[in-house]
Amino acid sequence: MTEITTSTQNLSRRDFLKIAWAFLGGVAALETAGVFLAYLQPRLAEGEFGSIITAGLVDDFPPNSVTHVPNGRFYVVRIGDGGFLAVYHRCTHLGCTVPWDSTAQKFICPCHNSQFDQNGIVENPPAPRPLDLFALTIENGEIKVDTGNITQRQTYETAQVVYP
Amino acid sequence: MDELNPQPEPSIFQRMRKKLVPEGIPEDDRGRIRMVVDSFILHIHPSKVEASTLKWTYTWGLGGLSALLMTILGLTGIILLNNYTPAAPQAYFDILEVNSNVWFGELIRNLHHWSANLLIVVAMLHLIRVFVTGAYRPPRELNWLIGVVMLLLVLGANFTGYLLPWDQLAFWAITVGTSIISYIPLIGNWLSQLILGGPEVGANTLLNFYSMHISFIPLAIFGLMMYHFWRVRKDGGLTRPKSANQIEDGKVERVTTIPNLVHKELIFALAWTSALLLFSMLVPAPLEGIANPALSPNPAKAPWYFMGLQELLLHFHPLVGAIVIPGIVVVGIFLLPFFDLNLTSVGIYFRSQRGRALTLLAAGLALIATPIWVLLDEYILNWAEWLPTWNTLLSNGLIPLVVILLPLILLDEWMTKKYKADIEERVLFIATFIFTAFIVLTLIGIFFRGPGMSLYLPWNMPISH
Repeated sequence: MTEITTSTQNLSRRDFLKIAWAFLGGVAALETAGVFLAYLQPRLAEGEFGSIITAGLVDDFPPNSVTHVPNGRFYVVRIGDGGFLAVYHRCTHLGCTVPWDSTAQKFICPCHNSQFDQNGIVENPPAPRPLDLFALTIENGEIKVDTGNITQRQTYETAQVVYP
Repeated sequence: MDELNPQPEPSIFQRMRKKLVPEGIPEDDRGRIRMVVDSFILHIHPSKVEASTLKWTYTWGLGGLSALLMTILGLTGIILLNNYTPAAPQAYFDILEVNSNVWFGELIRNLHHWSANLLIVVAMLHLIRVFVTGAYRPPRELNWLIGVVMLLLVLGANFTGYLLPWDQLAFWAITVGTSIISYIPLIGNWLSQLILGGPEVGANTLLNFYSMHISFIPLAIFGLMMYHFWRVRKDGGLTRPKSANQIEDGKVERVTTIPNLVHKELIFALAWTSALLLFSMLVPAPLEGIANPALSPNPAKAPWYFMGLQELLLHFHPLVGAIVIPGIVVVGIFLLPFFDLNLTSVGIYFRSQRGRALTLLAAGLALIATPIWVLLDEYILNWAEWLPTWNTLLSNGLIPLVVILLPLILLDEWMTKKYKADIEERVLFIATFIFTAFIVLTLIGIFFRGPGMSLYLPWNMPISH
């Protein structure tokens, strides 16, 4: 008997129910918020940007060339030693599409004048990091780019280059 | 028969009339006016207002004009829905149809467009008026907060509406605008994907923005507007100087709302509606070519009201330019009524003679300092190059932030020490300085930035393509 009295002094039945209701209400609110957030998640379309895109044959791209693949949103960059990079054409600053300026041999963003070299490395801010890369593979002499696989990078490393 | 049914059965029209006006419509003019008064006007206004608050040059009618513009936007917006499909690229073709093949379509669209743009200016001026007359002070703090939230919602409504025509202007302004979101620490990328419905602006973004533009945002604004109006009455009507309109025994002169206030409001609303109609007949809302994700126009600019923000982005690391500085400013605006409490100067423009001088000084300083700083940062300062080993968040973010904050803090110190400025004067000075600087940045962004976002004189601006 005494034990029960002590415990009821700490937490009355009324208080227990109040707390239990508040707790359940909180859980319900969280669940509702979760359902709404899940419902609003991006819906990715298949076969569109986000899938694997074949850019062409290895021999289509001469060394030291930059080729735009607009439907894949990337550039196929073949550097001087024959290696390949798939560079996302979206500026890392504010998302504008960066055109390749063949006379200046640079990517120059029209929005805020960020400039990148052939490998996508920042030459002039405000862009905070190099242009992003897509995963590039070479199968039977064909260049395949997985536009669902974006890599953000801070510097240029030779490991990023894919050789045929 | 006659005893049982002495009067003929009322007709359906009589019964309907009875339901609408149970007491019947009064015979005399006075009675009829009273009926209208009781049922509508006095729901919004008190029956009497202080004469001094009616002075045209005190409020400039800015709150009322905002409400009028919201009404026009609601009506034109509802009707525009009937000729619009929120899908890419159909949305663009629908706008072309509205402009060329729909009766009064272009007029309605222009009216919606120009009212929306005017609303930003008017709501901003309303906020400034309330600030410089100290009208946010107790007990009106809550209404200030609601007003600021509504201003943010109006910006949201404008921004979401900006994408809907699905032309180049819309597509790239929204691309630039939404990329700012991904710089929010930790949740930025996730939030940006959620809002865009994917990695880039696309068909999902259009649907998301459309849904926000026509449901959540207008509903929220409408609810807050009702509360805002009600609080004006609850907090004792408009502010006015303590000394204004006092008749000898300390009483203030009060006049009836009808006709003194209502007639003024009617004339004001009619004049503005005619002006807007005329403007919309003469000046078409901009519409460029259909959105092309592969081709960013040069220059690609955000909507004009975010050009100040975009100008900041040219000078700062995006985390500082787009999140830290605007964040501090918005939080500062929210907190204003909680540290500026001096009630003696409520209702007086710029607080006092000295306040007037300080405001002028702050505005003048900002007017000179801002362009100088923009030119310096554009052509001479290059922290990222001078400190190549530093993280750009430090070299391009923190250092320039300190460089611009230091003079402001020193100025504030000097004012406090030398002129014994009190908190009220310091708030006035700093807020005026920051606000003027922001306007100057916005103007630079709109008129002085050309291809490659380089600086040009407006009359030497190369034609963009």
